[in-house]
Amino acid sequence: MTYGTTVPHPAPEHGRPPRPGGTDAGLPRLLPAHGAVPVDLRTHLDRYGAPPYLGQAGRLIPVLKAAGLTGRGGAAFPVHRKLAAVAHAGTRPVVIGNGAEGEPASDKDKSLLWISPHLVLDGLQLAAEAVGSATVGLYLHRHPRLQDRLRSAVAQRAAAGLDQAMVEIIDAPPRFLAGEESALASRVNGGPAMPRFKPPMVFERGVVGRPTLVQNVETLAHLALIARFGAAWFRAAGTAAEPGSMLCTLHQADGRRDVLETGLGTPLHSLLALDGQVQAVLSGGYHGAWLPAADAARMTLSNVDLQPAGAFVGAGVLVALPADCCGIAEAARVARFLALESAGQCGPCFNGLPRIAAAMDEIARPRPDPRAVTDMFRWAALVQGRGACHHPDGSVRFIRSALHVFRDEITNHGQGRCVDPARRPFLPLPAGTALSAADWS
Amino acid sequence: MTKQLRVDPTICSGHGLCAELLPELITLDEWGYPIVADGPVPRSLDRHVRRAVTDCPVLALRLLPAS
Repeated sequence: MTYGTTVPHPAPEHGRPPRPGGTDAGLPRLLPAHGAVPVDLRTHLDRYGAPPYLGQAGRLIPVLKAAGLTGRGGAAFPVHRKLAAVAHAGTRPVVIGNGAEGEPASDKDKSLLWISPHLVLDGLQLAAEAVGSATVGLYLHRHPRLQDRLRSAVAQRAAAGLDQAMVEIIDAPPRFLAGEESALASRVNGGPAMPRFKPPMVFERGVVGRPTLVQNVETLAHLALIARFGAAWFRAAGTAAEPGSMLCTLHQADGRRDVLETGLGTPLHSLLALDGQVQAVLSGGYHGAWLPAADAARMTLSNVDLQPAGAFVGAGVLVALPADCCGIAEAARVARFLALESAGQCGPCFNGLPRIAAAMDEIARPRPDPRAVTDMFRWAALVQGRGACHHPDGSVRFIRSALHVFRDEITNHGQGRCVDPARRPFLPLPAGTALSAADWS
Repeated sequence: MTKQLRVDPTICSGHGLCAELLPELITLDEWGYPIVADGPVPRSLDRHVRRAVTDCPVLALRLLPAS
């Protein structure tokens, strides 16, 4: 696995921005350019110095607004608005860094936490100061090596007197939805990591009923750099509408899988090899959408380009599907996964998703029952907008886009043919069978 | 203040009483779970709406400020 672009990182220089406003906009910013060598505290301090506390709550918020930073966990919500909402929602807010990357096709948060933990931890402290919080946590999957590394990073920082608030590490169960904000709040409260009905929003009432700021770990790392180098520096990468850079997990058609940091607005064809060997691109992961490869080749990594086509940037998962792969069979595998990852709380979701998955299995067979497609669209309409979280909506978005983009393959199946009768799996999914209901905490 | 009806789907267990008490705004899907009409609740239905909300066996029906 490689990390970052080939642009060399500037020589460590205390507190100086990496290449401000240069042609490469100082990329990569979050991960070192050369391989996956983790950055220890000394190297981090040599490069960036101590976190630049501002001495007062609220001061960082206008800077984040000017920078135009949005959440990198997938929803792209403006960070300054979330911070302002938490800061004004009441007393004693809670701040949680969200590192529970549940998307099987995404590696970027794990990579960032492993390689640049101190940028994330700086961001957590600075976000806590910005909203006036002394209760801070980091929510991580039960990955012993990663947790040990973060625990020791937190201990080293405490010993060096760098942190204003103590950081508690909280276990996330290995579920697709464990990182959903209200599921996170429930887990931190000692319950199962299952989403709940909103309102109240988590920023109003989250952990122990207090206003709670939940930010993705990559968002926190960007925040830590904006606090040092300012809004203009951040905007040297990206576009005016979608500023800055983001981490992407790239899945090439030849099977290579990399994490790469790039500016928003980068042409998709410069991230993925989109030649005749690629039929379609998945953007936004398993709650995202498929695009025909020819369309994707004309688009950039931006919601301005992707949203009119029904897709979005999300958490930066981009997959190039090889031409000799059956898109319908792949979508059916993911539909099964999504059905099994339903929390099983909401009637439309736990009734609808397994039926949709079964219909997808039928459509993936040779000469499927033609009623399967009609049934599927009816069930898709029935589950949409009727969950406590966006799992049904995201699942339906993924499946509908598959049926549209791979419609020629559906015709093929109707005639008893398939582009890949051998059905070699391509999209990454967790190995083994589904976890039991007990595995939510 | 205008209000809207919403179901907390994590609590709703599909008794279907709401659809009997308030067929003007609530129908049931093929699994027996309520589909609530979008938009603000008409004043004329106030009494029936309150009845549906208070009579839900699991208190899953909510009257919330219209968003």
